[in-house]
Amino acid sequence: MKNGFLFLLSLLSPLFLNADWLQFRGSLGNGGTSITSITQFSKENKNSWKSELPGRGLSSPILVDGKIFLTASSGPKQETLHILCFSQNEGNLIWERKFKATGRTICHEKTCVAAPTMVSDREVVVAQFSSNDIFCVDLDGDLLWLRGLTYDFPNAANGLGMSSSPLISKGVLIAQVENDADSFTTGIDLKNGEELWRNIRPKGANWTSPVLLGTGKNQKVALQSTKGISLINPTNGKESWSYQNGASSIPSSTPVGDVLLVPSNGLTALKTRTGGNSHTEVWQDNKLGPGTGSPAISGNRFLVINKANVLTYAKIDSGEILWRMRIKGPVSGSPVATRSHLYFFNEDGLGQIIKLGEDEGKVIATLDLQETILSTPALAADGLYIRSDKNLWKISQ
Amino acid sequence: MIKHLSILYCLFCVKLSVQSSPDSTNLIQSLVAIKSQGEGNRKAMKAWPQVSQFPPSAIPQLLEAMNRANDLGDNWIRAAIEKICEQNTTQLPVQRIIAFLQDHSNQAESRHMAFQILQSELPSKADQLIPSFIDDPAPVLRQKAVELILSKARNSSAKPKAIKLYQKALIQAREVEQIKEASRELEEAGEKINLIQLMGLLPEWQLMGPFDNSERKGFSVEYGPESGKGLTEQHKNKDGIVKWEKFSTQDELGLVDINQKYGELKEVCAYARTTFHSQSAQSAHFRIGSKNAWKMWVNGTLLFSRDEYHRGKTRIDQFIIEGKLQEGENEILLKVCQNEQTQSWTKQWEFNFRITDRTGSAIHSSGSTIK
Repeated sequence: MKNGFLFLLSLLSPLFLNADWLQFRGSLGNGGTSITSITQFSKENKNSWKSELPGRGLSSPILVDGKIFLTASSGPKQETLHILCFSQNEGNLIWERKFKATGRTICHEKTCVAAPTMVSDREVVVAQFSSNDIFCVDLDGDLLWLRGLTYDFPNAANGLGMSSSPLISKGVLIAQVENDADSFTTGIDLKNGEELWRNIRPKGANWTSPVLLGTGKNQKVALQSTKGISLINPTNGKESWSYQNGASSIPSSTPVGDVLLVPSNGLTALKTRTGGNSHTEVWQDNKLGPGTGSPAISGNRFLVINKANVLTYAKIDSGEILWRMRIKGPVSGSPVATRSHLYFFNEDGLGQIIKLGEDEGKVIATLDLQETILSTPALAADGLYIRSDKNLWKISQ
Repeated sequence: MIKHLSILYCLFCVKLSVQSSPDSTNLIQSLVAIKSQGEGNRKAMKAWPQVSQFPPSAIPQLLEAMNRANDLGDNWIRAAIEKICEQNTTQLPVQRIIAFLQDHSNQAESRHMAFQILQSELPSKADQLIPSFIDDPAPVLRQKAVELILSKARNSSAKPKAIKLYQKALIQAREVEQIKEASRELEEAGEKINLIQLMGLLPEWQLMGPFDNSERKGFSVEYGPESGKGLTEQHKNKDGIVKWEKFSTQDELGLVDINQKYGELKEVCAYARTTFHSQSAQSAHFRIGSKNAWKMWVNGTLLFSRDEYHRGKTRIDQFIIEGKLQEGENEILLKVCQNEQTQSWTKQWEFNFRITDRTGSAIHSSGSTIK
């Protein structure tokens, strides 16, 4: 009986795993997913809902085991930091934790303190805020540990706000805290919040997020800055290789297999060599530079939305452009994609689904939520999750 | 199963023994004792699950512990109180929480937490208390009472009544945005408001410069004014001898525009000094706003420095640095640096400065600010 149950669980678990969306731009951190999702928008569908939020935020929802985790910030100075847990099915608030910001909360008006997206290893969830406060809680909201990185390092701040989303690799939380004054990236022990390593990083405002490259014991972390890319070992912070031809400080790199698409000189594809200690440059194209959002992966293709609101569909292996089309922008969040469709919202709250063909892309659905949306959606089989400053929405079809 | 039962038994024992027992005091102390860079996290991690199972009667004890905690410990305790409230909404010691809130000897942040508990569990009770915060020493509580008055003023159709409300708000407000709103409305109604005096902004300085800041290196260079002989009358820059010269800003919010003195220069630093007379030795908040890189010394001690340029605009109270004033004369020295950027939004070379107490009330110099 027990073996039978385990067998059944083993059959089902990939479905559960696929249903999760564990970090900024999905569990793979590249905006892509192997699931299929909705092909229409319907706010009226019985599975669609919206829940009011207690504060502002540019962070994206993450999905873990049927729950949605999200951050928000509120108060006259955005000094109250919220971690929220909602039911994925009904959208009801399951629990909320409120903390006090211990770092700086002044931001540019367009962004806010709840800008970075949470991350989970399915056991815990970690929230980082622009104030560089980090909270690790279990899935029931019980506090496990906390850190205040600006409390620790008072010059670790950006007058315009920080937005880098943390990630987890090999039991280490990677927090990129890069700015003009005291710029560093740190590896924090997920078990207890203690610092394992801290690397001095190039001085300069940096809103990009670290990404994972590779899997299992060969997994590395790519850190992006205006200097380029530094691929590091997550357990000790040691650099495996670097790319020093510069990169953007806003859109992040996009990993797929052993390739990293870097917003550098347009877009540059770097391939890590076997063993992960060096890399080769596969291609570079200055027509593929992303705008604010990062590129998204769809199978063996990728998509980029540029500053002029042009969506480009291209091959990962060669950078060959298959088609381009104009979309309704401007878009601040990153697009996300299945193998067949692309999803994004523009700043005015207009959601768009593009059907991805080899010869052309076609807008097959739009939905105007009539709220400012600057964030990236999360995708699940039965719907799309998106937040504004006021509401968290689930849109089914 | 056995593990779960043993945990439940432990938690039951904690609940029975929590009333200020040595054990509970030690558990709470683990949360208070948190230090920077994760120090104390392991002890706190062990203590928190037990503290979060304390009965609601322990909430005043936890609020009192917040008085002693730093900002990190505050957050550990805050999360525990929230968990206790979540599990015991009907058994909160409301009168003791209110008494804690109304006792001004408690710290502002812990009193605010007491208010937040009421706001979450008994919102109407919390709302009733807000008007009483109008002269509260806790800025975050006072702000709520001022907001209530501003809200009434905004919604008042009778102009004389609205003006009286704005006048009251202006006197009581300590937060910059509230002060600005009330003064703006009163000035539109014909009143003349002296914000420099009201907020304690320092308009009169002596300036010395420019000094070289090529490649932003001047930020770290100890030019004459910040050297041991800092306040002597003249120093060398790359072009020769420079002297302290009086500069008085006419800006209504005390903005010192250094470009007015030296022209729109790039890759330069300037120093600003003033003498502040304090009637007593006291703790103070030194509040600077600047979109340029800056350093701040009080009585020869470097309090803080910030090597960042043009990330947002200059704001009042942009940086609040805790320090001390000595009785009598206090020398305030600032270094403000301009970088090499040429975009239109990078031409500002400026700062504002004021000194307040912990409540945000302006401390005024009791003598001339310029020697």
